[in-house]
Amino acid sequence: MSLLDYFKSSKSKTASVAKERLQILVAHERYYRNKPSYLPQLQEELMQVIRKYVQVDQDAISVKFEQDDNQETLELNITLPDTQNPRNTQQDMIRNAL
Amino acid sequence: MARIIVVTSGKGGVGKTTTSAAIAMGLAKRGHKTAVIDFDVGLRNLDLIMGCERRVVYDFVNVINGEANLNQALIRDKNCNQLYILPASQTRDKDALNLEGVGRVLEELSKDFKYIVCDSPAGIEKGAYLAMYYADDAFVVTNPEVSSVRDSDRMLGILASKSRRAELNMEPIKEYLLLSRYDSDRVESGEMLSLEDVQEILSLHLLGVIPESKSVLNASNSGIPVILDEKSDAGQAYADVVARYLGEKKPLRFIDSKKGFFRKLFGGK
Repeated sequence: MSLLDYFKSSKSKTASVAKERLQILVAHERYYRNKPSYLPQLQEELMQVIRKYVQVDQDAISVKFEQDDNQETLELNITLPDTQNPRNTQQDMIRNAL
Repeated sequence: MARIIVVTSGKGGVGKTTTSAAIAMGLAKRGHKTAVIDFDVGLRNLDLIMGCERRVVYDFVNVINGEANLNQALIRDKNCNQLYILPASQTRDKDALNLEGVGRVLEELSKDFKYIVCDSPAGIEKGAYLAMYYADDAFVVTNPEVSSVRDSDRMLGILASKSRRAELNMEPIKEYLLLSRYDSDRVESGEMLSLEDVQEILSLHLLGVIPESKSVLNASNSGIPVILDEKSDAGQAYADVVARYLGEKKPLRFIDSKKGFFRKLFGGK
């Protein structure tokens, strides 16, 4: 390691932070590109409806849009919380009903 | 038939007009009859960068509206008789350009010119859309900076889905990366995204890296495209870009840190 490397490593290397942030952001934006623009809103509204009954996390719902030559598929996946530790009885009842 | 090039970026201030002026001049200097069109209606600036602002009589919108013919509006460049400039209008009517009118003008230019360079306005509004719609090739001008890289990626999505070539299921627009305002010293010290970083995200065919250079401001101050400043690093970098676009092999320049002396002194590679 040269003397210069010593001085360089003492600086914060913001370029690598920039690269990492961009990679995540660009991947996300590419995913939604050329897909129906209502997808994020659909996901948001579904979340609101489900949360009226079950307390789920932000990432518990995934809405996937697939497109091939002659058909479009909308896949909805909801992960319900673990039934072992119910927060209250009301939620438990709903879960049992489900 | 002319080859239509759009110089685009999404983000403003990255060097679209500087690039349009430089590559149009570079192509013309090599003997290809070239027209460069300013699509930034309401905020025209290409005329200033090309140094022909006092010779503007008619503009792009006048031609589209039939108030002038192309020959009246085209300004022959004072440095190169193979280069013509079609200035934008200063009207505030943002609907002054339309798809059909732009198509008509490009078609007429195609009969007589080898290359047509379309200088896109910033943003993804109508002007930017019209500038890229008829393009065969796209020069995506990007700075090594987060917002510019993101906007370039956004622009690539638009080029791939909203252009004439995309709509007619033709061979897609050829997209090239032009990384400008590159400061190799700051890249070296980890403060700026490197060429490799940007390529990892955008993965485009690289046409060249334009170093951050004082010569760019000097060139725009005097209204002479920077490519004519053959002694300057930016001028030489643009000359390489034109050569590569025309299929010549040129090694990349101006990507290594200028502080080589210090690196040697401190035992770096």
